[in-house]
Amino acid sequence: MDLVTFGVQLLNAIQYGMVLFLVASGLTLVFGILGVINLAHGAFYMFGAYLAYWIAAYTGSFWIAMVAGVAIAFVVGLVLENVFIRRLYGRDHLVQVLLSFGLILVIDEAREILFGKDVHSVAPPAWLSGSIQLTDNLSYPVYRLAICGFCLIVAALIFFVITRTKIGMIVRAGAENREMTRVLGIKFDVVNRYVFAVGIALAALGGIVIAPISTVFPGMGDGMLILSFVVVVLGGIGSVAGAAVGALLIGLTDTFGKVFFPSVSSILIYVLMAAVLLWRPNGILGRREV
Amino acid sequence: MSALLAVAHLEAFYGASQILHGIDLAVARGEQVALIGRNGMGKTTLLRSLMGLVADCRGEIDFAGRNVRGAAPEDIARAGIALVPEGRGIFGSLTVEENLTMAARPGRDGRQAWTLTRIYELFPRLHQRRGNGGHQLSGGEQQMLTISRALMTNPDLILIDEATEGLAPLVAQDIWRTLGVIGGEGIATIVVDKDFRSLAKITHRAIVLSKGTVVFNGAPADLMAQPELLERHLGV
Ligand SMILES: Nc1ncnc2c1ncn2[C@@H]1O[C@H](COP(=O)(O)OP(=O)(O)OP(=O)(O)O)[C@@H](O)[C@H]1O
Ligand SMILES: [Mg+2]
Repeated sequence: MDLVTFGVQLLNAIQYGMVLFLVASGLTLVFGILGVINLAHGAFYMFGAYLAYWIAAYTGSFWIAMVAGVAIAFVVGLVLENVFIRRLYGRDHLVQVLLSFGLILVIDEAREILFGKDVHSVAPPAWLSGSIQLTDNLSYPVYRLAICGFCLIVAALIFFVITRTKIGMIVRAGAENREMTRVLGIKFDVVNRYVFAVGIALAALGGIVIAPISTVFPGMGDGMLILSFVVVVLGGIGSVAGAAVGALLIGLTDTFGKVFFPSVSSILIYVLMAAVLLWRPNGILGRREV
Repeated sequence: MSALLAVAHLEAFYGASQILHGIDLAVARGEQVALIGRNGMGKTTLLRSLMGLVADCRGEIDFAGRNVRGAAPEDIARAGIALVPEGRGIFGSLTVEENLTMAARPGRDGRQAWTLTRIYELFPRLHQRRGNGGHQLSGGEQQMLTISRALMTNPDLILIDEATEGLAPLVAQDIWRTLGVIGGEGIATIVVDKDFRSLAKITHRAIVLSKGTVVFNGAPADLMAQPELLERHLGV
């Protein structure tokens, strides 16, 4: 493999890892802070992609699709938390799995009714649709680079909110000792609602940014859900930084696995997960007592 | 003048076992109250009941003219009660300054008497340690931090459980001095501690609990004057 090909693969790995991070960071927040296993997380990723397709087709603008898609997902998240998810707090995992599995069926059905089950593609914004010529017969799509940049910005924003703002402090405090934050006057039921909505919005955002470089199809959330759970477990439940590390590791392992070990590439990420868990049972950046 | 806190016929249960058997007490604005009694007599349960942390709790709790019995802890906190719990409840993954900042809130009447600056004046030690994680603090520093964190909510009443438990005598003195300062600010406190002699110096009133009932409610000096009562309920 020459240097250029290697570079291209590296960019692919990073871009893949970044999108995975967007989706998985939402999952780890919901899992770590609300203590809820949300199997429907992947369904929101799929739904986000369909929303992007539909709104973009309607308005002709990918940007409107992105903003509106994220806003819709956020509002849906607020409503779902209020109606369903808050009943799951402190309940055992079986109940959570059952309810969120039910949500998958409902979301699938909603997708069927609203958008049908056709496979679609979404055009990237015009000024990002070109390619950069690397060598005579190798070029790299600008949109993939843009994804890297965009995800970096979103990641920086998430980290800023968590580490530097009062909201972030409250969320971290609540993950550690819920009762004590309430004793200090924090309305944690409201915090929960927004954390869930942000988690859902991140899943949808992942689906939206991926739409122009992959196809939009009904089952696209399934694989993403499993990968996101792998990332969450790898990085440590509730750790957004861990999700970033885990997602990049998965991106690298998957991309280079397919290049170097094509015959076993599909199991490599699970081998990676097992190895990491042997080394650190609570994930790379997981808290020990969890 | 009506009381800041008025408790009547308060009963608390953990499952089938009744812990508090009809407590009546009142605390005036700015009053310092010592709450004492032997191990397991219900002091912590009483404070937790006042804070809305005991699920099965009957009777009346009026605070600042409002019935708060059955209210959620966050609403009770917003009404103006703060709790410094047994075991302190520091957020170990947050820095000292973050522990303080996340709790900052104006009082019920909008006053912001307590700010980071004032806390750091009162506890220069916390200023030195402001960037350290909560889990890196010594016991005394932790207690300073929990008291400061409670102050950051600008409360009218602070409930302090086991104020100096496990602290070295010199550190404990620091805490007593601080409680004196808080008392001078017009904030009412209910303080639980084993060291009644120190408590007597900073409080206006002593309440003795025995098996979930109030067996003494009066001036600390009057309790001091009854060695047999002290012996029975404190073992000193
Ligand atoms: N969560 C609980 N479940 C059941 N019983 C409890 C619980 N917490 C306390 N108790 C019981 O309630 C009684 C009063 O306990 P409490 O902690 O209020 O006493 P205390 O006066 O604070 O004692 P100490 O001086 O040891 O702190 C004790 O008999 C205790 O065993
Ligand atoms: Mg106690």
